[in-house]
Amino acid sequence: MGVEICVEGLTKSFGQQVIWQDVSLTLPAGEVSVMLGPSGTGKSVFLKTLVGLLKPERGSVRIAGRDITKLREHDLYEVRKLFGVLFQDGALFGSMSLYDNIAFPLREHTRKPESEIRRIVLEKMDMVGLIGAEEKLPGEISGGMRKRAGLARALVLDPEIILFDEPDSGLDPVRVAYLNQLIVDLNAQIDATFLIVTHDIASARQVPDNIGLLFRRELVMFGPREKLLTSDEPVVRQFLNGRMQGPIGMAEEKDAAQVEQELAQLDAPTKAPGSQALTPRLLPGPGISRPPRWQAIASREAESHRKEVADA
Amino acid sequence: MSLSPTGALRQSGNLFAMALDVVRTMPRRPFQAREFIQQAWFVASVTILPTALVSIPFGAVIALQIGSLTRQLGAQSFSGAASVLAVLREASPIVTALLIAGAGGTAICADLGARKIRDEIDAMQVLGIDPIHRLVVPRVLASMVVAVLLNGLVSVVGVAGGYFFNVILQNGTPGAYLASFTTLAQLSDLWAAEIKALVFGAIAGIVASYKGLTAKGGPKGVGDAVNQSVVITFMLLFVTNFVMTAVYFQVVPQRG
Repeated sequence: MGVEICVEGLTKSFGQQVIWQDVSLTLPAGEVSVMLGPSGTGKSVFLKTLVGLLKPERGSVRIAGRDITKLREHDLYEVRKLFGVLFQDGALFGSMSLYDNIAFPLREHTRKPESEIRRIVLEKMDMVGLIGAEEKLPGEISGGMRKRAGLARALVLDPEIILFDEPDSGLDPVRVAYLNQLIVDLNAQIDATFLIVTHDIASARQVPDNIGLLFRRELVMFGPREKLLTSDEPVVRQFLNGRMQGPIGMAEEKDAAQVEQELAQLDAPTKAPGSQALTPRLLPGPGISRPPRWQAIASREAESHRKEVADA
Repeated sequence: MSLSPTGALRQSGNLFAMALDVVRTMPRRPFQAREFIQQAWFVASVTILPTALVSIPFGAVIALQIGSLTRQLGAQSFSGAASVLAVLREASPIVTALLIAGAGGTAICADLGARKIRDEIDAMQVLGIDPIHRLVVPRVLASMVVAVLLNGLVSVVGVAGGYFFNVILQNGTPGAYLASFTTLAQLSDLWAAEIKALVFGAIAGIVASYKGLTAKGGPKGVGDAVNQSVVITFMLLFVTNFVMTAVYFQVVPQRG
């Protein structure tokens, strides 16, 4: 069972520059959450703060009842064993083969015999579709493969929390679809708490239970997927629809008058908010046994789909 | 690197904090023997040849200087004694340290810096592994051990080079040269030189690791880190050398 992460009043700045302030949210145990935000709003910084790689100026991050912003270095290493993190480029160790990379956490933290390690590593490599690439070095494979290998390494210690830093950046749409399916399948299988940091809206619409949006140095909104997808908040609507009209400009922000004008133009012809159809959720693939949580989600999805068909 | 005075203070504070961490982490089990051997082999392989090649002309220069100086002073019988002393006490630890820092330290710094900017170090920390224990301690120990061993090599090659230039090229007397070896030099000179080499090796390893682990800003950041690590190491080396030499003369009674 996953672990709940409780973030309260978190503020981070580098020197004079505030990255974000007063971020409070709770990532429910065992659920998939997505953190969205325009480029440069400190999504990756948020992720690194959650695992204690960066110290926030204020606020707390409670994981399994312990505030990791106040832990000593030694205890921090213990808490971090709960985490699996997929870094942007996989962050594989360049001098080791893929097999050794994935076996690394097992060799460092467990006293398992090599045959047992081999079994686990091959199982995880099979899961991410990397069988046959065991002896390749990270420099010899594509970015997509590096990401999948990084994911396999993050999974190998059976983490309770998995963080993904832009799993879809630099991947083609087909691979993104596969990766999203993999994330959903994994959630059904291992029941960990997931947090995905991304700016890919298509994934954000399909995959998560919860969505958060970082903009203008603060958390604009965090809540269940349905709430954000049907929200009237201009920033949320602009981002989730990937439009130019709205408060988010090319260089961070626009002036208020221009935003008003754009929104007025935009609102006129479109349907009333709320009536837009929800993107169907991505469900675990066939052959994956669904725990009760996913059974409930699946039946709810089927329900709403039936209703839509009936409406039409 | 900022130019403000607090920035410089913070840098040196962090450097010393890491040096303390390294000392504190050193006894922690399990010792990373494999990494240590790999690194020691690596540092040795990049430094042995340049060190030998540098120490021959270095010994020669000292021999030439002392050869002509002793002739001017009319103390030719002491030329062997003086050149041994110069090579053993000063030249060999400094040559060793310059090469450990220049060849070994830069490689360590570039390696760790590249890992840092590729997020490998962060990934390692997230996997619950302390990079100081796993990466830095073996590297610092490797550069210390290799520095001590190289110091022996430099001493031998330097003295041999001195002999060659003094006796064969400047027509010195082989017997007098060899016989005067121990008139001024003593065994504690060798120990002092080895201790210097050990300390210089530690400084080179720690500064290189610190600069590598704090590299930021992409590939250019790694280049800057390597550059700074060499400059900082050299400055620290010469200051430490001065202090250690001064202490040595106070502590160990000199002959003659």
